[in-house]
Formats: sequence, C-alpha cells, structure tokens
Amino acid sequence: MSAMSEYRDNPAAIRALVRDTEVHKDCYIHPEVFALEMEQLFANTWIYVGHASQVPQPGDYFATTVGDQPVVMVRHTDQSIKVLYNRCAHKGVKVAPDGCGSTGKFFRCPYHAWTYRTDGKLLSIPLKKGYENTGLESCEAGKGLAAVGAVQVYRDFVFCRLNPEGMGFEEFFGPSLSTLDNMVDRSPEGRLEVAGGVMRYMHRCNWKMLVDNQTDTCHPMVAHESSAGTAVKVWENAPEGTPKPMAVELFAPFVNPYEFFENMGIRVWPNGHGHTGVSDSIHAAYSPAPGYWESMVATYGEERAKDILGDVRHNTVYFPNIMVKGPIQTLRIFRPLAADRTLVESWTFRLVGAPDLLLERTLMYNRLVNAPTSVVGHDDLEMYERAQQGLASRGSQWVNVGRLFDPAEKAQEDAQAGAVTNGTNEWQMRSQMRAWVRFMTAGMREGAEA
Amino acid sequence: MNTLPPTDRQLIDFVLDEAALLDEQRWGDWLALFTEDGRYWMPLAHGQTDPRLHASLLYEDRLLLQVRIERLRGARTFSQQPASRCHHLLQTPRVMARDDAAGTYTCRTAFHYIETRQDEQTLYAGWASHELVWLGNGQGDGALRMRLKRVDLVNCDAAFGNMQLFM
Repeated sequence: MSAMSEYRDNPAAIRALVRDTEVHKDCYIHPEVFALEMEQLFANTWIYVGHASQVPQPGDYFATTVGDQPVVMVRHTDQSIKVLYNRCAHKGVKVAPDGCGSTGKFFRCPYHAWTYRTDGKLLSIPLKKGYENTGLESCEAGKGLAAVGAVQVYRDFVFCRLNPEGMGFEEFFGPSLSTLDNMVDRSPEGRLEVAGGVMRYMHRCNWKMLVDNQTDTCHPMVAHESSAGTAVKVWENAPEGTPKPMAVELFAPFVNPYEFFENMGIRVWPNGHGHTGVSDSIHAAYSPAPGYWESMVATYGEERAKDILGDVRHNTVYFPNIMVKGPIQTLRIFRPLAADRTLVESWTFRLVGAPDLLLERTLMYNRLVNAPTSVVGHDDLEMYERAQQGLASRGSQWVNVGRLFDPAEKAQEDAQAGAVTNGTNEWQMRSQMRAWVRFMTAGMREGAEA
Repeated sequence: MNTLPPTDRQLIDFVLDEAALLDEQRWGDWLALFTEDGRYWMPLAHGQTDPRLHASLLYEDRLLLQVRIERLRGARTFSQQPASRCHHLLQTPRVMARDDAAGTYTCRTAFHYIETRQDEQTLYAGWASHELVWLGNGQGDGALRMRLKRVDLVNCDAAFGNMQLFM
C-alpha cells in the first residue's frame, strides 16, 4: 500500500483515527485525510454558504467556496436562492468573480460567452450551429451550471449539502438552530444584515484546530494572559472615575478564572454541534445600549425580550466549520485550504432596527479578537502553528481530548435536547470527532481496502 | 520654546523620526508622540471613511496602544518568543495641508514596511497619513503631536497572517 492510499476507500482506517479520548495526529497533518475531508465530510454535511442579505435582488450573487469547491449563491428570478458550482460547463472558467455582485438576468462566461440562467440552465452559446450533431445535449456541457445537492435557507442563513443524497437539514442541525434563532431574535425587526465588511485572517494550521478552540475553555486564562491580562492591568492604572471603556469590557472576561468557565457550562447536541455559555458567558455583562431594550419590549413584550437577551451563549459550533456568537452577532467560517492552511473569515451582522452602538461593539470585538492585528489572535495563531509543527513529532501519535470523559456520554449526545455539562469538559471536541468519523465514512464502501 | 509655526522641513522630519522610533522599538517614546485623544487607524477597505461602523484592521486609542506596547514586553507574550523586528522605508513625505492659525497639518507618505520574525519576512506597501497638531502659541511646548496616524495598505482587504508591530 502506498502512503497516499492509506485512508482512501478504507473506512476502518478512518475509524481507527478517533478513540474515546484521543485523536490521531493524521487527522490534522495528513494530506490524504484532508483530501477525503473535502470529498466526503464537506459533501455529506450541511455547509454554510452565505446570508440572504448579501443577495437582496434577483441576479445578485455571492461567489465563495464550500470546502474546496467554488460555488456561487444567486438570487433567481422567482426570488429563491440557488447554489451552483461556479464553473462554466464549457472550459471550466468561474463564471462569477469571487465576492458579491449582480449578474442581471443571466451569467455570461467571460471566456466564450456561453450564458446561463440564474438557476444554472444553459441559455445560449454563440455560433450554436457548430454543436449540431455533436451530442452536446447528452454530455455534461449541455446541462449548464451544475447545482449543489441540496440548499436550505434558515432565517436568511443559506446552507447547502454538496451530495444530492444524505441527512436532511432538520435532522442534521436539530435543536442547535436555536443559536441562530437567538441571534435573529435580537433584532427588534427579527432580521439581520451582513454589515461592516469581512475580516480575513490566514492561518498556517489545520482547520479543526480552530474548531476545537471554540469550545476550549481552559486556554483563555493561559494563552491570553498577555493581551486580556495586560488590558486589565493598564485599566487598573487609569485615574479613578474614568468610565470603563468598551474595549476593556470586551477584553477583561478572557482572563476570568477557571471556575467561571467551569460554571458557564457546555451544551452538546447531536452531529457535532454544541455551545459554551449555557448559564453565563464572557458576553453576559456588557453595558446596555440606550433605546435597545425599549424597542425589544415593543416587539416581543417584556418577558420574551428578557428571555432573548438573557440567552448569552458564548461560542456555538455548527459542525463542521462555522462558529456563531449570538450576543455579539458574529459568524466565523474556518475555510480549509490544505491540511496545514486555513482561511478564517469573521462576518458581522447588523441587528436591523437596533441602535448603531451594537454594530459598533460587534465590530470592535471583531477587531480586538479576530483580526490579523489582534493581540488575542496573535497568541492563538502562535499556539495553532506550534501545534501544527509539533504534531509532526514521531514521539507521540495522539492528541488528547479526554478531559472529564464519561463512557455514558456517547448515548447522551444523541439525545435531541442536547446534554449540559461542566464548561471545561472536552466532550464537545470528542463529539465533533465522532461526527467527523460518521460523515467521513458515510459514502465509503465497506471492505474496499481488502 | 518654538514660537514659529513648523516649517515643511520640520513636518517631514517629524514623520521620518516617528518611523525611526518604531524601527528602534522605542515604543514609549513613540506613544508619547500622540495627543491625548490621538488614534492609530488601519482601514480594512480601500478609501474607507468610517472607522466605527465598518471593520478596520486597527482603530486604537492611547489605552489600546498602551496595552499593545506593554504586551510586547510581557514575559508570557508567546507570539513574540522570539520577538519580531520591523523596517520602514519611506518616500519623502508630502505636506498635503497646512493651517498655521489652527496649528494643524497633514502629511502623506508612501512606504514599504517589512516585518520579520524567525525565518519569515513579510513586505507590506501603503501610504501613511499623519494629522499633526502644533502645540505652539502658548498652548504647549511648541512640539508637534499626532492626532491621527492612518495607515492605508495597498492590499488592505487581503487575508493576512499575524501583523504584530506598528506600520
């Protein structure tokens, strides 16, 4: 067996990478495992594509990627949102350039002017006569821009599954959708808009290190002592009576003690989804924005408004590769580029009808924590890159995710309501990797390795 | 005490000296060049006008700059073990605006900036805009201060790795 076919068509080998409390280093560093993640995991799961507010009018598009696949999300003439492979049926040219734009009634390939309706159907070819009796209708090129397997728009968040067959959207996400609900409900009009630009940050590490980090509550007080800890110290020296700056309010909870993170709790849902901050979180104690509470009460009534704003979930992982912060209106995408390369995109949202101050806070948080200039990000990236290098070591084969492991958890995590546990439990990381095995092997033939 | 408004030469020297302080890592002296309400701004978008409701790479007041500087010196600043170094190469600054009565001046300076750490060396290019205030005419010590240093990278919207020092 050559080194490059260790895992292909070998579900037993994939399964052997994940033990109860350990994950094999190949999950993070092996190029073939990465290639299979793109072919299997990112095709069998529901992947976030974009937000409906990015394509408000028919013909508006957003060209992006799903795993390693170039796709374009476009508003069709009937107002529905389509997700198509961004690849001309002719020579393979991306018909839409990356990013947002408007294509009008059809896509026109810039190379040979083949045109397609916004649902992907081939519309016209210059000098079409030249294709008579060539079998165009029956070959791939005649079918136009291929659509992804399935698309679901949930409260304006657009997800797709590349494979036509597989687990349905509702079954895949289940109760975890409550985090998206909470973020949308925080708008007095029940609506979000992508706002403020996207923060992009290149990481030379595996994408799963970032996903693991989202519910890793034992690192902030250690890795972020130099940033958040310093912010607290500098603030302590400010003259008495100085109002607490927004930046200090955002930084300070990163260096809360272990007990805070233990008590805030983690909730684990089926299929690798979960969130930190069940009963408290680092986003719980921000100053109120004048006028916001009143507009929420006007929409929802006092009791419901209290419930919405009292739900202060910290990080919600939507397996495999996004994280949502409802109270701070941020969605981060961990885009896999290679086994050792990940592009992190941090998207921010305006709560339509809410004071500008909330968007200002969201953008400040994003700048202080998620930017390539962020003193918090600097130490996180340093840890990921050192881990990527360290995992090359032959001194040990396994990454440990065993903190607070309980053999009974495997049955509990499939409970639809989710299971709540100590906030420093690594259960969520274990649950992610169990889902990883399931969706990596879902399309593989058993015994093909024999 | 400097009682005459600054000459163009003095404005230009201020910009050159400011970059030299960064290259020499004299962070405290550099921070002292800002007015009390001074800001350091690195927009994320080309031609960006709003630092508040659009994302920026940096938009920092003295408190945040102080945190940054203290952090660079910290014992547990892991991303600076080993430390980064930087190098500014400036074109001659252009004096874009001068108002002697108000004591405000604007310079714009094209630059190449290199940040290096271990075996990695990254080149950035852009323009620095300095909004300067002259604390003369009995308002201060006759020195120039920065109210705003704005750094516009030519590729401000690219995906970057860590940028740890000051451009």
